[in-house]
Amino acid sequence: MRHAVLDEWSRRSSPLHRRDARVKIAALLVFLVTVAITQANFALLGPLYLALVAAGFLWARLPLGGALGRATVVLPFSAVFAGAAALAGDPHRAVLLAAKSYLSAAAVLLLVATTPLPSLLRGFEGLGAPRFLLTVAQFLYRYLFVIWEEALEMRLAAASRGGAGRNRGARFQAAAGLLAVLFARSHARATDIHRAMLARGFNGRFELLEEPCLRAADALFLLPAAALPLALRLALGGAA
Amino acid sequence: MHIPDGFLSTPVWTAMNIAAAPAVGVMARRAQRGFDHERIPLLGVMGAFVFAAQMINFPVAVGASGHLLGGALLAYTLGPAAAAVTMTAILAIQALVFQDGGILALGANVVNMALLGVLVAWLPYRWWGAGRWRRPAIFLGAALSVMVSAAAAISQLLLSGIPMPEAILGVSLGVFAVSALLEGAITVAVAGALETMQPDLLRKPAGGSFAVGALAGGAVLLAVVGVLFASARPDGLERLAEDIGISEQASALVATPLADYEAAFFEGEWLRKAAAGITGLLLIFGACVAWGRFAARKRSA
Amino acid sequence: MSEPLIEVRNLRYRYPDGTPALEGVDFRLHAGETVALLGPNGSGKTTFVLHLNGLLRGEGSIRVCGLPLGPDTLSHARRKIGLVFQDADSQLFMPTVLEDVAFGPLNLGAGRTEARARALDALERVGMAAAAHRPPWHLSAGEKQRAAIAGILAMNPEILILDEPTTFLDPPGAAALVSLLRCLPQAKIVVTHDIGFAQAVAQRAVFFKKGTVAGEGMVPEIVNRFGWNGPPPERRGRP
Repeated sequence: MRHAVLDEWSRRSSPLHRRDARVKIAALLVFLVTVAITQANFALLGPLYLALVAAGFLWARLPLGGALGRATVVLPFSAVFAGAAALAGDPHRAVLLAAKSYLSAAAVLLLVATTPLPSLLRGFEGLGAPRFLLTVAQFLYRYLFVIWEEALEMRLAAASRGGAGRNRGARFQAAAGLLAVLFARSHARATDIHRAMLARGFNGRFELLEEPCLRAADALFLLPAAALPLALRLALGGAA
Repeated sequence: MHIPDGFLSTPVWTAMNIAAAPAVGVMARRAQRGFDHERIPLLGVMGAFVFAAQMINFPVAVGASGHLLGGALLAYTLGPAAAAVTMTAILAIQALVFQDGGILALGANVVNMALLGVLVAWLPYRWWGAGRWRRPAIFLGAALSVMVSAAAAISQLLLSGIPMPEAILGVSLGVFAVSALLEGAITVAVAGALETMQPDLLRKPAGGSFAVGALAGGAVLLAVVGVLFASARPDGLERLAEDIGISEQASALVATPLADYEAAFFEGEWLRKAAAGITGLLLIFGACVAWGRFAARKRSA
Repeated sequence: MSEPLIEVRNLRYRYPDGTPALEGVDFRLHAGETVALLGPNGSGKTTFVLHLNGLLRGEGSIRVCGLPLGPDTLSHARRKIGLVFQDADSQLFMPTVLEDVAFGPLNLGAGRTEARARALDALERVGMAAAAHRPPWHLSAGEKQRAAIAGILAMNPEILILDEPTTFLDPPGAAALVSLLRCLPQAKIVVTHDIGFAQAVAQRAVFFKKGTVAGEGMVPEIVNRFGWNGPPPERRGRP
């Protein structure tokens, strides 16, 4: 699965990996907002923003080409609307759409590639996200691959029983049946997980083993990380 | 349908995040249902199921196939609040891990798919899901959830000034319509299969008067279509705001303490557009709440 | 003889749809012994063990470490009994091995430092200390199971229950599990189809059939009596 690579990257070690998740999230948000409010002089600012992100990947000791390549996943969607804008006679906007979406994706990728997802999710609690929601996302991520593999096996088993060749309606129904079985199995697994939780004394709340604490290094990172893009935008990006 | 960053204008993505945040908080509390964290594994695993469901292909035509999107099915099995929370978690993971949808745009995507999409899927089922209209209700709910999510996304893009020539708009809506019909068919098929296997996995619809349900659904649809058309003609909305006098009062309010502030955020222009976005949402939520209350009163009468 | 750690009398249970699952089961577990639960699929073995720590509630009486099992003694029972499920993936639900093993101690009221120490100690005992910070999906089936066992050991139970532990293990993995279990002093119940495994770890066997205990005795004796190791005994007499 695609996310296996990202997961591995997030567990490496580097100065950027070691920064507190909340600080990295804050820096990302500042960057995203800065990109969002940049309209003028994008020909100069765009590459500068990209350089900041690239510097981040290098500091994190991650493969720059691979990372920047991954971020292109956003382009097919953008291309449609960029194309529409170009056809409507607004090529400037077309470029902006494509470039901004790419830059934003690359920046998000930098955050996720340097922070293990469970820590990242807990970092969002600092922004006021409800813990219930974050823990649901944590469990989702934990079982993403497990259920994915189950679905893969079921699909292979169905195919080896001769899924193709029958009429479309029958294949449609067969796929529905497969999904229903996968659903029921997932539901049963959730019951098992819940039982395993109860068996080990779960009494309503998830207790955290670690409470992340902010260090001087985190502040030292956040200030330039947030200030740089903003400074560039204010200096070179015109009034509005 | 997942809007990336860089597409929505600042007023729109800000307004959507402001709208989504408390709504998700409310849904999270309702989904917990006073059981603290007990439901977390179920919602998490069902979220993983939706991801895995992408792998199962449903044949449509020669060479074409689709897959389950899942919002409606989640609503019919977990209930609307839990489904909204699960969809939000799914969207968050999609944005973070797969860069499918932006982070600033997450609020908009959550509003479109986790809130509106789930709600619109739930309404027909809740009203007509018991009895002989069950399968059409499920089909309608699932199809509507896709159409409404798409319409809301397009509205947001239009409001942000993304140029969308009629041809592109038409093709997009057409593609979404096909996707909506497919989702309806798939959801009906899967729900049917679940009923044969383990009927208690599907929630019992509360039922109620057919007419009230029709009115509730109609109100929501009207609001959404209204917002879509208004977004395609934003000047109309601005003129409306001016006529009512909102925009002048709003700019006056903000201009006083911040008159010397240079930032572009605080001009009337921004407020008008933000007002347009939030107004549309309030229309839709208001319609649902009002009909909910009306229906409850009617039932106890 | 000292009081049994677990004493079950006339346990009855029906599934929600009404099918009978357990029809009057009597059972005793004494300190230090290992009992194997054998029997056909669907005979109620797993359903039975789920009652011992209150995950299922049936009729009849269950006593765990001196206290009758009831709604207000559940946490006592769950402290004393460590249950390892068949599918370790459903048991290792936290993002890293260490967090998962520390889950039990944290729930029992240990502070963060103590929970962490107990978790690391338990991982040490099962030989998994190096994997503490790895996510569960990086582990092999055998490693996952050992991590799950560590999660139980960290709670200092007096009784271990393992449900079909060798299902996903290869022969070396099963052998490693046998050595590990032999080192652990707790009383144990193992639900299993693996006769070799049962003979290696258990002294006593209880044979389940259609929700009741059909026989009890030493493992080889039970295996022979119920033909659990080969073709069924020849029918003699009337055709």
